[in-house]
Amino acid sequence: MNVTVEKKPRLTTSAMIASIAAEGQRVKAAPFGHALVELAKERPDLVGMSADLSKYTDLHIFAQAHPERFYQMGMAEQLLLAAAGGMAKTGLMPFATSYAVFATRRAYDFIHQVICEEDLNVKICAALPGLTTGYGPSHQATEDIAMMRGIPGLTIVDPCDALDIEQAVPAIAAHQGPVYMRLLRGNVPLVLDEYDYQFELGKAKRLRDGKDVLIIASGIMTMRALETSDALAKDQVEVAVLHVPTIKPLDETTILQEASKSGRLVIVAENHSVIGGLGEAVASLLLRSSVTPAFRQIALPDAFLDAGALPTLHDRYGISTSVMASKIKSWL
Amino acid sequence: MHTASNLNPLAEHAYHIRRYALQMGEIQGQGYIGQALGYADVLATAYCHAMQFKAADPDWQQRDRFLLSHGHYAIAHYAALIEAGIIPAEELETYGCDDSRLPMSGMAAYTPGMEISGGSLGQGLAIGVGIALGLRHQNNPAFVYNSMSDGELDEGATWEAAMSAAHYSLSNLICLVDINNQQADGHSSKILSFEPLADKWQAFGWHVQRVNGNDLAAVKQAFDTARHLEAAQPRVILCDTLMGKGVPFLEQRDKNHFIRVDAAEWQQAIAILDAAFNSGAQA
Repeated sequence: MNVTVEKKPRLTTSAMIASIAAEGQRVKAAPFGHALVELAKERPDLVGMSADLSKYTDLHIFAQAHPERFYQMGMAEQLLLAAAGGMAKTGLMPFATSYAVFATRRAYDFIHQVICEEDLNVKICAALPGLTTGYGPSHQATEDIAMMRGIPGLTIVDPCDALDIEQAVPAIAAHQGPVYMRLLRGNVPLVLDEYDYQFELGKAKRLRDGKDVLIIASGIMTMRALETSDALAKDQVEVAVLHVPTIKPLDETTILQEASKSGRLVIVAENHSVIGGLGEAVASLLLRSSVTPAFRQIALPDAFLDAGALPTLHDRYGISTSVMASKIKSWL
Repeated sequence: MHTASNLNPLAEHAYHIRRYALQMGEIQGQGYIGQALGYADVLATAYCHAMQFKAADPDWQQRDRFLLSHGHYAIAHYAALIEAGIIPAEELETYGCDDSRLPMSGMAAYTPGMEISGGSLGQGLAIGVGIALGLRHQNNPAFVYNSMSDGELDEGATWEAAMSAAHYSLSNLICLVDINNQQADGHSSKILSFEPLADKWQAFGWHVQRVNGNDLAAVKQAFDTARHLEAAQPRVILCDTLMGKGVPFLEQRDKNHFIRVDAAEWQQAIAILDAAFNSGAQA
């Protein structure tokens, strides 16, 4: 007897590590590293620091261009962030890089006490935000924004794509004070160049209008929201997309303005735990302001996530475009 | 306040620092007075002999930086800042009071001359590495003195920083460790063994000196050696000190993280200090 086994393409974990770009997607290589090299021309106070992850945060591009302005701190994140604070105290502007899990979870008190309590001019740029690696909880920073939001005076940026990163780098440098920026590294998707978009620190930007649904999103979920909007357009569902690259301080005015338009389901989509991120920030803003549309969250569950290939995991945890689209349809 | 010109001037400064600290302790009726009395000789040497600064301009770019990693020693540090002329002596009356510039734990935003917000223990040396790198990066010849307690030897970040300082040959970084063998839960050596301490620092690549931190001549010599050493490496001065030093009844009292001082004893302690200083001055 012949048995036919249906074979699915086998996805592997490692294949998806270097880039979150989908196959065939337009990308730009190492936008963070190149933006820093560009910025260094006009900012002699800029120094780069890493905790043994310069190659994996694209900081090595800067280190190669300016070896005398690069400081390798070893695999020691507490030292990295305390020393970045010390550097800032002498008038320099350190960009300190690591993975988001290590920068936030390992070194929390050093960000809190050394950098933020003194309002020091340190830019913490952290790769692998949310669910952008299949390595499991040791590398998945699903609660970094929740942790960082709790620190007074810390600006939090979650860029969407290569263009966002390129524009955010000089913008966070122009801001005097501590910043936590989520970083996409390697071949980073390029999406926002198709929209009339310019990154402005502290500003939410409407990328697309629509009468049925409003998706408020940050980071890679803005890209997913735009794709979802395209997908649902085929079903005559109009989806507006509001990109909120600055999580803190939140652009309350624009969010309230958009969420107050009647008749739309409001959804916050984030590459982060359902706890303590953009979703809860927007929810509390709306309630405090007595703006109460129908409201849903698309976010990662409050759980230690599985290891595996990113497309599998994004489907499993509901942040892939296809799952988002079907969820939204079920809510309408 | 008594003065005497025929005594080691550092002894006079140390006496003043102890006296200011006792005055502040009396105001709150508590404080880390045992540590302050024990550490006064080191602070006097730092502020009245070794360090370059301008009292009227605490933010002077070329100043040596003194980092109080052990923020709870603020009472001792304020006394030294008063002695250095950075804070007016009248201000000690506000110690620990609402809206004072002299809070119980040292914070950079509150107090002139307080370089960092210490108190989350074990952060100072790592901050010191960053400051030392930053100064060197900008060709600033100033030195960084990181002051820490022996309890902070428990913290992993201390050793991350120790490795890094040696890796970068930070000869502008001097670490002062107050070894009074007392931390919150008991004797530091019993809480988490730290000996052989000199060997440890040496193995990490540091120039090491261990001195009796209450022997002013020895402390002064150690500060001079640390500052003028030609070797391209960071320097540590391990200072063995006696909590309560200078006030015998406090030296002998059961040692705790907090030494108990009864209300009437603050003035007694000051009187003992004054008498000892005067007899020393006349000797």
